Amino acid sequence: MSHIELRNVTKVFGAKTALKNLDLQVEDGQFFVLLGETGAGKTTTLRIVAGLDKPTEGTMLIDGVDVGEWGAAERDVALVLQQYSLYPRYTVRENLEFPLKSKIRRVERDEIAARVERVARTLRIEHLLDRKTDRLSGGEMQRVSIGRAIVRKPRVFLMDEPLSALDAKLREALRTELKNLQMELGATFLFVTHDQIEAMSMGDRIGVLNGGRLVQTGTPYEIYNRPHNTFVARAVGSPPMNLLDGDIADGQAVVARSGTGFTVSGRVSAQVNGSAGKPLIFGIRPEDIRLESGGPGEATIHDIEDHGVEKILTLRAGETTLKATVPARERVRIEEVVRFGWDADKVVLFDRASGRNLAVG
Amino acid sequence: MTHIELRGVQKWFGSVQVIKDMNLEIAGNEFIVMLGQSGCGKTTTLRAVAGLETIDEGDILIDGKPVQHLKASDRDIAMVFQSFSLYPHMTVYENVAFPLRATGMSRADIDTSVREVARVLRITDLLDRKPSALSGGDMQRVAIGRALVRKPKAMLMDEPIGALDAKLREQMRAEIKRLHMKQGSTTIYVTHDQVEAMSLADRIVIMHEGVLQQVGTPDEVYARPQSLFVAQFVGSPVMNVSEATLKDEGGAVRVHYDPGDAGFEFPRELLGKLNGHGAGGLSLGIRPEGVLVSREPQAGYVPVEAHIIEPLGSHDIVDLKVGEGMLRARTPAGFVPRPGEVVHARIDPAQAHFFDTGSGKSLGIRL
Repeated sequence: MSHIELRNVTKVFGAKTALKNLDLQVEDGQFFVLLGETGAGKTTTLRIVAGLDKPTEGTMLIDGVDVGEWGAAERDVALVLQQYSLYPRYTVRENLEFPLKSKIRRVERDEIAARVERVARTLRIEHLLDRKTDRLSGGEMQRVSIGRAIVRKPRVFLMDEPLSALDAKLREALRTELKNLQMELGATFLFVTHDQIEAMSMGDRIGVLNGGRLVQTGTPYEIYNRPHNTFVARAVGSPPMNLLDGDIADGQAVVARSGTGFTVSGRVSAQVNGSAGKPLIFGIRPEDIRLESGGPGEATIHDIEDHGVEKILTLRAGETTLKATVPARERVRIEEVVRFGWDADKVVLFDRASGRNLAVG
Repeated sequence: MTHIELRGVQKWFGSVQVIKDMNLEIAGNEFIVMLGQSGCGKTTTLRAVAGLETIDEGDILIDGKPVQHLKASDRDIAMVFQSFSLYPHMTVYENVAFPLRATGMSRADIDTSVREVARVLRITDLLDRKPSALSGGDMQRVAIGRALVRKPKAMLMDEPIGALDAKLREQMRAEIKRLHMKQGSTTIYVTHDQVEAMSLADRIVIMHEGVLQQVGTPDEVYARPQSLFVAQFVGSPVMNVSEATLKDEGGAVRVHYDPGDAGFEFPRELLGKLNGHGAGGLSLGIRPEGVLVSREPQAGYVPVEAHIIEPLGSHDIVDLKVGEGMLRARTPAGFVPRPGEVVHARIDPAQAHFFDTGSGKSLGIRL
């Protein structure tokens, strides 16, 4: 059982405030991802939970108990970092045994062997057990690091960008493995990353951090479909949401500097009615823009990024650029002039001054 | 219009053979991307064309003439590397003008050429700056400008944007493509990034362990991989691949992706096309978008349990349990509501790939 809670946590380093009034709850057995750019406060949060740093203000609780005075070892959390911290002259087996051999833990010899076997099987590193760690590839090393964290069955796993140093293929494979592992162990994971794909694909919940503040917490679905502000809108999705300046005139969305007026309807009708003439930002995801011969907008294709299954187009419409994701079968050429429209139901309206989603209030 | 040809090129570093019998023809103005992991021989091949590396056997021809005896400087080829090799003490203008100074071109002509290249690359307002005052993207633009200014016969680029951050890389990739469309010089571009390769290339050359695996347009390489290596190297998430077994049930043929699964229905013509290959050593490959998922039972679909769902916003990647194995499917966002749900799946025969497991070669079967 491990429920983590940070209450009104502020952390100051000298003149710099790294975290500002952070409230965060991670439920028992949840895979929680903190998403943010460098300097957003992700690692600081993780270090506070781990007991490696003390908050300047605020409270940190595990299962409802204030652990402010507990050291890192007493908190029974396992930390996995981007750089693998393995003992190079030891074999994989010795590395895995190490955390269990500490005197304070007193784990029986048979039990150690059994646990190491089980972990090795889970992470598919059985064939590597007798190899020295300096003979391993990056992905294998990271699996061993994770194995060393799992083997002692901690209450909470804290992971700081554990996949960042790996190549794309391995990242893809380990993403699934980590998620699998968490489901199997039923453990609480607090996972820190700057990679939105990792956040979306693994998180039960995502917390988006910006400049030491938690901007929004929600399921991947909520974060993607109901971003509270333009920052969150751009934080997830690849390519991110198009944000287009404009306003409402005669019930139409007029996108500035694009020469295009679009229909808005459906879900956003309610907000449209009260927004005539106000400076707005229209948010539309690339997959909700379509090339259609009768579409209201005209654009020139500036670039085509080919992903095999789909193409990501960069469109120049007047002085505005936007991205559109289209199926692979769409035949387009650079500099071709196309007409496009958007899915009127999917457009999100933001207040231009505050950046806030009008639907969220 | 420069035509480049490699004929039976072999290259050893000591006892390691890094290029194995490489044959490749590059048409004038073609944009070729060499794609592969580090150590696959792509950079060595590029350097051999440039004249920075000798070859042990074979011929390299530029416009039909063997060039092995020519030094790099006599081949009239420009190179751009990942590390920007600019002269730090010279201004951008001087850096770009440098290759022309040695040619005895007049001052006025040099000025015209430099300004023309600067305009194309949008570095005109940087001409008076020193490289140290430039951003990474601007430095790489200058490096490309210096390569272009003397209008070389061919451009060779070795991961030219590999060191830049993701956003800048995307921007520079678009610029390189547009530049090529405008200038149209024969280009060989080396990268390990498949999206870069797919987006830039007229044709992609995929290499693995010194061996050329496949040459083809981005569409061909994606839709008709000739080997398991290419199939799994190109595309994200990777293609599902598993050793498959066949069961002839009179009416239809069932293909088992995993020995324990219910078997996926395929048209009978598969048997004829396999021509006995179904007996053993057969691998089935299917991209996630080729796994069709339905919430309701349908003819030809088999019930499967959803294991992990990766929501990616615009779509989901769902791991389906098939026997002991896992099949990844691409579905619309939120299509499968939760892990553990039973849905119905089918492998689209038209998108299925069959390989010989032993050799890894595609059997070229299209259904």
